[in-house]
Amino acid sequence: MISEVGKYLLVIFQAFKRPDKGRVFRKQLMIDFQALGVSSIGLVAFISLFTGGIIALQTAYNIDNPLVPLWLIGYTTKQMMILEFSPTIISLILVGKVGSSIASEIGTMRVTQQIDALEVMGINPANYLILPKITAAMLYNPILIVFSMAVGLFGGWFAVVVTGQVTSVDFIDGLQSFWDPFSITYALIKTLVFAFILASVAGYKGFTVQGGSVEVGKASTQAVVISSILIIVFDLILTQMLLT
Amino acid sequence: MIEVKNISKSFDGQQVLNNISTTFEKGKTNLIIGQSGSGKTVLMKCCIGLLNIDEGEINFDGRLFSNLKGKSQKVVRKEMGVLFQGGALFDSYSVEENVMFPLNMFTSMTLEEKRARVNEVLLDVKLENVNRKYPSEISGGMIKRVAIARAIALNPKYLFCDEPNSGLDPKTAEVIDELISELTEKFQMTTVINTHDMNSVLQIGQKIAYIYKGQLWWEGDHQGILNTDNKELNDFVFSTELTRRLKFSK
Repeated sequence: MISEVGKYLLVIFQAFKRPDKGRVFRKQLMIDFQALGVSSIGLVAFISLFTGGIIALQTAYNIDNPLVPLWLIGYTTKQMMILEFSPTIISLILVGKVGSSIASEIGTMRVTQQIDALEVMGINPANYLILPKITAAMLYNPILIVFSMAVGLFGGWFAVVVTGQVTSVDFIDGLQSFWDPFSITYALIKTLVFAFILASVAGYKGFTVQGGSVEVGKASTQAVVISSILIIVFDLILTQMLLT
Repeated sequence: MIEVKNISKSFDGQQVLNNISTTFEKGKTNLIIGQSGSGKTVLMKCCIGLLNIDEGEINFDGRLFSNLKGKSQKVVRKEMGVLFQGGALFDSYSVEENVMFPLNMFTSMTLEEKRARVNEVLLDVKLENVNRKYPSEISGGMIKRVAIARAIALNPKYLFCDEPNSGLDPKTAEVIDELISELTEKFQMTTVINTHDMNSVLQIGQKIAYIYKGQLWWEGDHQGILNTDNKELNDFVFSTELTRRLKFSK
């Protein structure tokens, strides 16, 4: 366990060295923006839209006390989407999609000697392959998360208004109630940490694969499992640090 | 010229290379041959710096490569071209992008200059009209040729080829052998080929090092191999009926 952490730190230390050529790094970054970020928009939109709707409907069905104001449905949906669902659950979903993709891509490059080829050319392979992915994830995931919040809140509004659970005015009133801008800051801090975990762990697992296709598959699975566990653990730690 | 002096390498206490000394000469195709597991791939990996040696030294034209680190090691590495067993082309790049990769990383050429150089080296390896194709769209022999083109794009002084004929039919294997031999002579490179293909050994082996159980067992050229009385080498090279007949006919 300690030796694994040590190896991880060594690889990440190599990755964070100055890129050999800035132009090549920027090109790679753009490719990773597309591969890791833009291609995830559809999935994030779909899940956020439906989850926002489900949260709003479940809140509405569970409020049967006439003394509880209906704007609370909008308020609850907002708090759940911004504080927890978008930053944490979407990050966990991205671990499954993006993390496994990073680990298997880099792992395949390792077992087919493409990383050896980079190394003998005098290129720092960790820097060339992992740094653009970490950077892309840390720049793009916050955009995805804010997008997820907006789509989720729209989904919640749409679901309760169409089913007649609450009026549009009440729902929007709830969204505006007790607005604390720090909620967004808190969510984005979590997102940045989760994005780093996601890309660095997956990059490390792919980079250190030894063997063949079976090992690449195992590395991909391990990347998802380890990243998910770390995200949940850091969610607790960050919540304690930032909200209390 | 590459000088290998008394190098040894072990993995988990098991000695894979034992006190090997040899030289790989400039302008010649230097072959490392041996059975699977004899240590020839480890020897090549040590030469290109993918593995650190336990003892000894490796000199590239008098520069002690095995002791170099960081930027000094990079300087020598930029003078090396390596053809890996499977080609090791970047899957997500086209043929042109693969060959252009070292030019992007290590030169300040304009795009037009880089394209011209790519076309030049692709012609050297006898490939045309494949620039836009991806590695998954070309044959095994073409992958090897593109990999050779990438390896020579920066005019290397040293060319290392790890089993260049593996997975190829005999005719294509011969084409690859001839190509490596031609390029070695044309650009006066120090070429080191790791192989157990006997056709290669007999056709292009200007200098041959036979590795047996991690030791340098025999050195010579392709003529010498036909006349040797080294038992282990004969057992390895003339292991088939066809090759035994060849030796007998000589």
